[in-house]
Amino acid sequence: MSEPVASSQELAADVTTDEQARVERAAEVAGESGPLQSVRRNQLLSAMLRNVGLVVVLIVLAIIGTLTSDNFLTIDNLRNILVSSSVIGVVSVGMTFVIIGGGIDLSVGALVALASVWATTVATQDYGAAAMVACALLVGVGAGLVNGLLIAYGRLVPFIVTLAMLVSARGLAAKMADNRTQIVKVQTIIDIARKDVIGVPMLVVILAIVVAAGWVLLNRTTFGRRTFAIGGNPEAARLAGIDVRRHTASLYVLSGLCCGIAALMLMARTTTGSSTHGNLYELDAIASVIIGGTLLSGGKGTLIGSILGVLVFQTITNIFILNNLATEVQNIAKGLIIVAAVLLQSRTTREAKT
Amino acid sequence: MSDVAPARPILSMAGIVKEFPGVRALDGVDLEVVPGEVHCLLGQNGAGKSTLIKVLAGAHQPDEGTITWQGEQVRLSTPMAAMRLGIATIYQELDLVDGLSVAENIFLGHEKTAAGFTRRGQENAEARRLLARLGHAEIKATREVGLLSAAGKQIVSMARALSHDARLIVMDEPSAVLAHDEVDNLFRVIRDLTASGVAVVYISHRLEEIRTAGDRVTVLKDGRTVATGLPARTTPTRDVVSLMTGRTIEYAFPPRPETEVEGDELLRVENLALAGSFRDVSFRVRAGEIVGLAGLVGAGRSEVLETVYGARRRTSGTVTLNGKNLPAGNVSAAVRAGLGLAPEERKSQALLLGEPLVRNISLASLPRFARFGWVNRSRELTEATAVTESLEVRPPDPTRLARTLSGGNQQKVVLGRWLLGGCRLLLLDEPTRGVDVGARSEIYGLIRRLADSGVGVLLVSSEVPEVLGLADRVLVMREGAVIHEAPSGDLDEHRVLDMIMEGSAA
Repeated sequence: MSEPVASSQELAADVTTDEQARVERAAEVAGESGPLQSVRRNQLLSAMLRNVGLVVVLIVLAIIGTLTSDNFLTIDNLRNILVSSSVIGVVSVGMTFVIIGGGIDLSVGALVALASVWATTVATQDYGAAAMVACALLVGVGAGLVNGLLIAYGRLVPFIVTLAMLVSARGLAAKMADNRTQIVKVQTIIDIARKDVIGVPMLVVILAIVVAAGWVLLNRTTFGRRTFAIGGNPEAARLAGIDVRRHTASLYVLSGLCCGIAALMLMARTTTGSSTHGNLYELDAIASVIIGGTLLSGGKGTLIGSILGVLVFQTITNIFILNNLATEVQNIAKGLIIVAAVLLQSRTTREAKT
Repeated sequence: MSDVAPARPILSMAGIVKEFPGVRALDGVDLEVVPGEVHCLLGQNGAGKSTLIKVLAGAHQPDEGTITWQGEQVRLSTPMAAMRLGIATIYQELDLVDGLSVAENIFLGHEKTAAGFTRRGQENAEARRLLARLGHAEIKATREVGLLSAAGKQIVSMARALSHDARLIVMDEPSAVLAHDEVDNLFRVIRDLTASGVAVVYISHRLEEIRTAGDRVTVLKDGRTVATGLPARTTPTRDVVSLMTGRTIEYAFPPRPETEVEGDELLRVENLALAGSFRDVSFRVRAGEIVGLAGLVGAGRSEVLETVYGARRRTSGTVTLNGKNLPAGNVSAAVRAGLGLAPEERKSQALLLGEPLVRNISLASLPRFARFGWVNRSRELTEATAVTESLEVRPPDPTRLARTLSGGNQQKVVLGRWLLGGCRLLLLDEPTRGVDVGARSEIYGLIRRLADSGVGVLLVSSEVPEVLGLADRVLVMREGAVIHEAPSGDLDEHRVLDMIMEGSAA
C-alpha cells in the first residue's frame, strides 16, 4: 500500500483505488503471484519433489552400502531388500489410507500376529491352504471392522480404539497359540515365499499387486478421492453428501485386510504363526508413511512415498546387517533418518510452492 | 422479472423452529420461493439466516415446522437428501477441501464415474466449462484449492452448486469476498440461472445488491419472519431497515457518565493498515472511555482489533499506548504494555475449557504468582476467587471447569483474566456472542464498571444496538475503511445500518 490513500469519506467513490484493487484482485483470484505460468506442470513438479527427498536418501544409502560392503550391490542382496520390504510394505499401504483419511491404526502389528496364529491352528490347517488364506483375511477384516465401527459410530478416538485392539489382539493371539509357535505344514502356503514369478520373488509380486491396486483405489476412484476429502475437511465432506462415518469405518477394514495379507506373507516366510509376529510393525508403518510425505493430520499424502519410506528403512537395516552392526545402532540411525527425511521434504515442498 | 407472477412456489417453509441449547435460533420462520425468482433474505446478525439455510441444506433438522418442495411435504434429513431434490447451497465459510483440486472439489460427493473409477478428464473438462460460465476461466481445474485466494474459493463453491443441476440455489453472502466487477459477473450468472427457471435464495447485507439483483425480500428478525414477499426494487430502504431493527428484547444498558470522558489519551492508532483487510485507520481511546467499532462481518473490525493487539502484523501505521510505541506483530509486548483481548471465538481462542476457572483467570499473569517458576497456588486461588466474586461468576466456585459454565459466565472469566493482570486497555470482540439475554446486561454493567475504573475499552460488535448502547464513541467501518466517527448519542440504529449497508456516510 504505497499508493497515497484518500481520506476515509472519499474512499468509496475513489475510482483509481477501485481500479487498482480490481487488477490486484483478478490476480489474487487465480492464486497467481507472478506472470502466468504453466500451473499444471508446476503441480506435477511439486508432487514429484515431494518424493525427491526420499529418492535422494535412497541413493545416498546405496552409495554408502556399496562403499562399505562388497555384497551390497548384488542381485541376491537387492532381492533380499525387496523381500524384507514386502510384508511391512503391504501393511503400510493400509496405513496410508487410514492416515490420509485423518485417522491412525496402532493395531496393525497385533492384527498380523492374530491372523497368523488363527490361520495356523491345527483346525484351520486341516482344511488346507484356501481355508488358511480365507481365515487370515477374515481375521484382519473382522478386527478392522471392530476398529472402524467403534471409531466411526461409537465416536471414540482412533488412537485409543486401536491401542486397545493392539493389546487385546496380541493377548488373544497368545492365548490361542498357548504361547507356542505354530508350524505351517501346508506346502502351498510355504511356497509363497519360495517361488518366483518370472525371476521375481512371489512376495515382491504380491507387494507390487497390493501397491498397484492401492494406488488405483487412492488416485482413480471415488473411494480414494473421498478419503482425501474426509481427512482434509470432514465437515465439507459431510455437506457434500458423503457418508463420512461409513467411509471412515471402511478405511480401518481396508487396513485390517492389508494386515491379513501381510500375515499370510509372514507365515510363508517364517513357516510359523506366532503371537510375537509383527512386533512394532505399527511404528515402522507409521514412520514409513510419515517420511513418505503423508500428513499425520490427514488430507494429503501419496502411496509411492510410503513405499519409498519402507525401502529406505529396509535398506538401512540391510546395510547395518552387512556391516555386522548392532540393532541398537540401527535404531538410532532410523530415528535420525526420520527427522532428516521429513526436514528435507518440508524444505522441498516449500520451495515447490513458491 | 420485476413482477413475479403468483406461480406455484417451488419451496415453502412454514413455522420452522430450531433450538440449540440455550438459544431459540429459529422461532417460527416462513419462507416461500417461486421458480425463477431471486428471493433475498435480510436480517441482522443473529436473526437466524444462517441457521435457516442450514435447515434448508439438510445440515440441521428443524424441531418444528414443515418444508414443502414442489407441492410435496419433504424431510431433509441429510445434505444428500437436499441435494437429490435439487437444493444446492453455497456456504459463507467456504467449505472446500484444501488438498483436492478445483475439479475434485466441484464434483465431491457426486463424482463422474465409470464403475467406481473417476473420469478425471471429463470432470476437468466440465469444471472448465463451469468456471468459464462464471467468468473465471483463468482458474485451472487441476489447481489445488488450498492455493487459491478466498475469492477464488468462493468461485469454486459456486461452480460446485452449478454442477448439481439444482432447482434452487442458496447463496450465503456470496459477494462478501468479491470485488465490484466480480459481483456484476455474479449477477449475470444469477440472471442466466433464473431465466432457466432456477430459483435463488440470496443473502446479503448490501441493499444496493438486493435492489439490483433481487425480486422479492423476506425479512427475518430474532428468528422470526417479520415480512415476506416485499418487492426488492421498490420497497423504501427506511421500511426495510425499520423491519430489521426495533428489537423485541430490550437490553438494559448501564447509564453513561453524565459528562464527556476526559481521561488521558491511552491508545493512539495512526494510519494503521493490514494488506487485504483494512487501510488508513486512525483513532484514539482515552482512559475510561468505551469506543465501539460498528460494521458488517468482513468489514475489517476484528482485524483492526487483532492488529492493535499484535496478533496480526500490521502493514503500516503506528500503535501507541500511553505514549509508548508498540512493535508490530508482538502480542507479548502488547500484553506487557497493558493490553488485553477477549476474542470472538471464546472457546477456541480464549479459554482452557478443561481447566478450572482459577487457572483460566491467572493464565495471563502467572509470573505474579510465581517465584523462580514455582507457582504459589494458594495465592493464585485467593486472587482468582476475589475476581470471580467481584464479577459475580455463577456458580461461585473457582475450581469448577470452564467447560461447565454458561456463555455469559465464561465471558466473565475471560474479562476476569485481564482484570487480574492489571490491564489498561481492553479489546472486546463480540463480547455477548452466545450469551443469553439475562447475562448480557450483567456483562454490559461489568464493561461500564471497568471503564469507570479508568480502563479504556475498544469494542467490536455486529449488533448495532449493542455498540450504540454501550460505547461512548462509535466508528463505523465498511469494506476496510472507517467511514464515520461520532459520539454514540449523535447516532441511531437506522443511520448506522444505512451507512454500513448503503455506504453513504451522510
